[in-house]
Amino acid sequence: MNPLEKLNPIKPREKVADFRPGDTVRVHVKIREGEKERVQAFEGTVIARKHHGLDETFTVRKLSFGQGVERIFPMHSPVIDRVELLRRGSVRRAKLYYLRALRGKAARIREQTQ
Amino acid sequence: MITGILGKKLGMTRFFREDGEAVPVTVLQAGPCVVVQRKSATGDGYEAAQLALVESKPRRHATKAIQGHFSKAGLAPMRFVREVRLLEGGGDTKAGDSIKADLFQANDLVNVTGVSKGHGFAGFVKRHHFRGGAATHGSMFHRAPGSIGASSYPSRVWKGERMAGRMGAARATVRNLEIVQVDAEKNLLLVKGAVPGPQGGYLVIEKVS
Repeated sequence: MNPLEKLNPIKPREKVADFRPGDTVRVHVKIREGEKERVQAFEGTVIARKHHGLDETFTVRKLSFGQGVERIFPMHSPVIDRVELLRRGSVRRAKLYYLRALRGKAARIREQTQ
Repeated sequence: MITGILGKKLGMTRFFREDGEAVPVTVLQAGPCVVVQRKSATGDGYEAAQLALVESKPRRHATKAIQGHFSKAGLAPMRFVREVRLLEGGGDTKAGDSIKADLFQANDLVNVTGVSKGHGFAGFVKRHHFRGGAATHGSMFHRAPGSIGASSYPSRVWKGERMAGRMGAARATVRNLEIVQVDAEKNLLLVKGAVPGPQGGYLVIEKVS
């Protein structure tokens, strides 16, 4: 965290961030509909984490009715209620953009075993 | 009522609003300031307060004249001194008063004045946003200005013609910046958008009248 962000009243939420590219996560996003607020989940594979500090974002990719969908979340946005870690993936690079070209069996990620 | 404060640019970061909107903000050290001299309509012809920014690092060199000016208000000489306008009547502001960041509230609009970053001798493209020519395809016209005047008329160059030259390091004001948050304890302001000058540069922050 750089000294400027220390002055910023919004602190990074360390707990949110416990996942890596290759992991499968369920992101709970707060959505306002008029007066009411509800939580919607977006489940998929983390294919990238970018930037540092408050600017950090992560990209989650999933297949929706055969169509690839990616969503980029700001890591420290208050809109994110929580991030549920479903599965640790074992991958060999930090950015999994190659998954975009793959379908089905080829797009699988091996589970990480300790 | 005093309408402004002196400050320092600390740098830019990001701020999240309740609804998740990410706002680019500049963190400003706003004050604490002291009033060094009070200018009045009767004595000086206008109502203003001369402020000085209180810093942890003292001013190293001060002429006797400056020392005397500050000691009138019972203060040690400071580095950054500017006048700030007072609203009609000026209220009971007097020399020695302390001005802090709690002068402002969130959602206030401010004008921020500072000295912009110096860019040295800059060409047309950077200084005046001329488009320049093509870089390739046999072009021999890259970042040159083109014609600066015609032959028969005016057969000279007009005054004020935009050309290459010193850019920046000049007084610049950004108007109507929204204050996103005030930290009265640490005298910090979060202002939406960018302000002139480098980090650590001195600023005058004034309320939009």
